[in-house]
Amino acid sequence: MTLSLDVTDRSPVAPADAFLSVEDLKVHFPTEDGLVKAVDGLTFQLAKGRTLGIVGESGSGKSVTSQAIMGLHRGTRAQVTGRIMFDGEDLVSVSNRRLRQLRGSAIAMIFQDPLSALHPYYTIGNQIVEGYRVHHDVKKSAARTRVIEMLDRVGIPNPQQRIDQYPHEFSGGMRQRAMIAMALVNDPKLLIADEPTTALDVTVQAQILQLLKDLQSEFGSAIIIITHDLGVVAEVADDIMVMYAGQVVERAEVNELFYSPEHPYTWGLLSSMPRMDEARQDRLFPIKGSPPSLINPPSGCVFHTRCEFRPEVAGDACRTEVPRFDADSPHPVRCHIDPARRRELFRSTISARL
Amino acid sequence: MSTAAEQDGSNVAGHEPFGGARESALLRVENLKKHFPMTTKGLIRRPAPPVRAVDGVSFTVDRGETLGLVGESGCGKSTVGRTALQLLKPTDGKIFFDGRDVTGVSGKDNLLLRRDMQMVFQDPYGSLNPRHSIGTIVGAPFDIQGVNPPGGVKKTVQDLMERVGLNPEHYNRYPHEFSGGQRQRIGIARAIALRPKVIVCDEPVSALDVSIQAQVVNLLEDLQNEFGLAYVFVAHDLSVVRHISDRVAVMYLGKIMEVAERDTLYARPMHPYTHALMSAVPIPDPAKKAGRERILLHGDLPSPINPPSGCVFHTRCPKFAVLPESDKQRCTGEVPVLEEKQPGQFVACHFAEVRSDVAAAVDSDHHDLNQRTAAMASAQPQRRSVSEPGAPGQTSGDLSIVNTPADLDPRRARP
Repeated sequence: MTLSLDVTDRSPVAPADAFLSVEDLKVHFPTEDGLVKAVDGLTFQLAKGRTLGIVGESGSGKSVTSQAIMGLHRGTRAQVTGRIMFDGEDLVSVSNRRLRQLRGSAIAMIFQDPLSALHPYYTIGNQIVEGYRVHHDVKKSAARTRVIEMLDRVGIPNPQQRIDQYPHEFSGGMRQRAMIAMALVNDPKLLIADEPTTALDVTVQAQILQLLKDLQSEFGSAIIIITHDLGVVAEVADDIMVMYAGQVVERAEVNELFYSPEHPYTWGLLSSMPRMDEARQDRLFPIKGSPPSLINPPSGCVFHTRCEFRPEVAGDACRTEVPRFDADSPHPVRCHIDPARRRELFRSTISARL
Repeated sequence: MSTAAEQDGSNVAGHEPFGGARESALLRVENLKKHFPMTTKGLIRRPAPPVRAVDGVSFTVDRGETLGLVGESGCGKSTVGRTALQLLKPTDGKIFFDGRDVTGVSGKDNLLLRRDMQMVFQDPYGSLNPRHSIGTIVGAPFDIQGVNPPGGVKKTVQDLMERVGLNPEHYNRYPHEFSGGQRQRIGIARAIALRPKVIVCDEPVSALDVSIQAQVVNLLEDLQNEFGLAYVFVAHDLSVVRHISDRVAVMYLGKIMEVAERDTLYARPMHPYTHALMSAVPIPDPAKKAGRERILLHGDLPSPINPPSGCVFHTRCPKFAVLPESDKQRCTGEVPVLEEKQPGQFVACHFAEVRSDVAAAVDSDHHDLNQRTAAMASAQPQRRSVSEPGAPGQTSGDLSIVNTPADLDPRRARP
């Protein structure tokens, strides 16, 4: 099965095998200071069994996107427009009742901070049993057996005892495992992991990423993994979408993105992180400036205020014109620089910085 | 790069109980311990076994040198930083600054010591008083120390703000008006205000976005070159530590497991825990992950209240698991001391051995270690002398020189 993921301003016809198809999704938050355009026109598709990595800095809209898919903006002031087609249903317009049926069973989420996502007053077992029984008409004891099985599957030792413990009795890695067990207990078709390993140590992170990969091959669910760490997506994702200021600036298959990235922002991300797998650089190459305000995003290309390659484009088009997306390209890039020139720049200038 | 004295084989080969400790070091910490007292739960609180957050740590930091302290959360690395500055009172051990025993100094002596030893905190939100303007925050060291800098405090503060990349016109603004990266710059300006000799940086970039993180790392390096600062750089991110440190100490459960010069540690780690840490770092290169063996540690960090007997790492050690029974007894019964297993590389493990396959760094030049050490010893004792083209250290095969195109490095372009 292939993933086809389009970034376009038109609404493309979803391929038959894309079971999640997001079309022109916009999430805007009205505030006293103005309209915050957290996600501004997002289009992508995801097929079963694939992992999509969404990468970006804080404020790029990656978490807001995942919350929109889960329908977590309902009942807030957020204005959600566009379409999120999930298995033939539009999650933006579906009824609250139907959304509650889907949430937790067909679509599940792993949150960043397991300590605040788990309820401190209830035992781990209680919380997972509740989630299971909402979607399955079974006796408590049957649910409990299922939960013990899940806790065991995610690598929690002594699940029979651990099930009756409270979140504070778990270590950070164990809590994240419990969260994963909770997310997977109903066999979701789509799993959204929002910075699942950010709060964890590297050795625990390695365990959790391995677990996610194993579980995916076992259950065949699609995964969206949201992170700021390019190392993590290189590890688990099949396709990567780079977000900046509420927009996708580049998306590509994982090897393509790491070996021939084309957007100056992606270059900036890659060259600003120190890498252990390369010879040590004497100096890092940060992206200058800081992320823009989402109330007054820069005109034209959202990245032009921080882009060091602006002189490459004639006539100040970066400031005046929004770059177009080649919707059908396998590797769309939101940039005015000519594709051939971009590849040349990467080879001549950027690859030496990595 | 550290001094010639440290690299000198004869010196290192001598009796060096503390990971290459030298009397001449700027900051020397000997057998530092920090135990947090505990009481029993319930109505009547009796003393209980303490939390051994730091349990016998020794290290030295030279002038202008960066010592990286890495380890997972709960290993005591932040406590080491704070105790070394005596923000926390050490339970045991000695701290020498500039050759002087400063353990337990108080009052005026302590105040004077603070001029030389400063700290940058992890949380750029929690470490700045929200009710104070930036001018007040960065000017506070002058106020507290009763120092009147030439040109006045305001002028000096504005110069400092400019130096760390803030707009001096924002003198009267408050912390909430700044982004995380800018706040961390404010914290750095405050730390360098009195021109200290050593700064403990406690996870200074871990709360920042990748692109901002690189800006702050570059700033710290520039300031180090400009003012000859020494850093104790506490972090959990092995890639950042490799980038900024000259020497690196790996901590586990309140003890140093391995300490060595940066390139040695990353290319040829010897302690099984270092192996596991390095193999766990995600690499932003999809092709390389296939060829890497990942050592997964099982279980959780043991409690520092009741640490395992013998080697504290033996409960999770992949190597221990495959040792014959007779050898296992040594791990469970005998505490390994930090001893020099290779020139300049101190390891606390009974069965340490080099594993370069787990090292993420591509170390293509497997030249002779002794030859390299000798070449280092002949280098000038001045910091970063190897990064000057033509310096003796260049022949030692420093990767950063061999593989970095000189025209891309702004530092080298500087006069």
